[in-house]
Amino acid sequence: MAIKIQIKDQALDPSTCIGAVQDQACGGLALFIGTVRDQTRGRPVQHLEFEAYEPMALSEMEKIGKQITERWAANHVCIHHRTGRLQLGDIAVIIAVSTPHRKEAFEACQYAIDTLKETVPIWKKEIFEDGEVWVAAHP
Amino acid sequence: MEIKLLAFGIARDILHQQEMTMDLNGISSVADVKRFLVAKYPDFEKLKSFSLAVNCNYVADDQLVKDGDEIVIIPPVSGG
Repeated sequence: MAIKIQIKDQALDPSTCIGAVQDQACGGLALFIGTVRDQTRGRPVQHLEFEAYEPMALSEMEKIGKQITERWAANHVCIHHRTGRLQLGDIAVIIAVSTPHRKEAFEACQYAIDTLKETVPIWKKEIFEDGEVWVAAHP
Repeated sequence: MEIKLLAFGIARDILHQQEMTMDLNGISSVADVKRFLVAKYPDFEKLKSFSLAVNCNYVADDQLVKDGDEIVIIPPVSGG
């Protein structure tokens, strides 16, 4: 069992995350890649900026990894998150999970991204042509 | 007696700085820190929510703060 967590300000690489969870004991590997969308409610996005409270973000991501390995008996979990300035289409987050059977891989991967969006102290700012917004900050 | 306050995302914009020290005079709990912040920076009340993490952990509002704690203001997160 292995949990691999990383936050970095350089491009993320899906093949690294796949490699981190490959295991001959696993028949299923689920991969989620979150990318920068070009608009929010019809308003064109120019680019995004992510910032993290890194020590806590790492420990919260580690907690998610541990929950997954316990709840779904996942063999391996890899979560990589970007910080800094991202262009449209860039990868913001990658989650890879491997489990003996496919159902658990899908469920665990979905749990990981849903929980990350609720608990991990990382913030996203959308930059538009005529302004910028910290996502989800206001009601 | 002092604590270190760190702010990220919109909280950093509201404070106009990433880091400040705060005297613990009259402050004993996390809830007191929140009240202090809202009173001094009313923009915190406009947020959907904000919580405080003490030494890298989410804590309940009634947790006591002590000298040397690192407290981070956590506005609604939006990673992923």
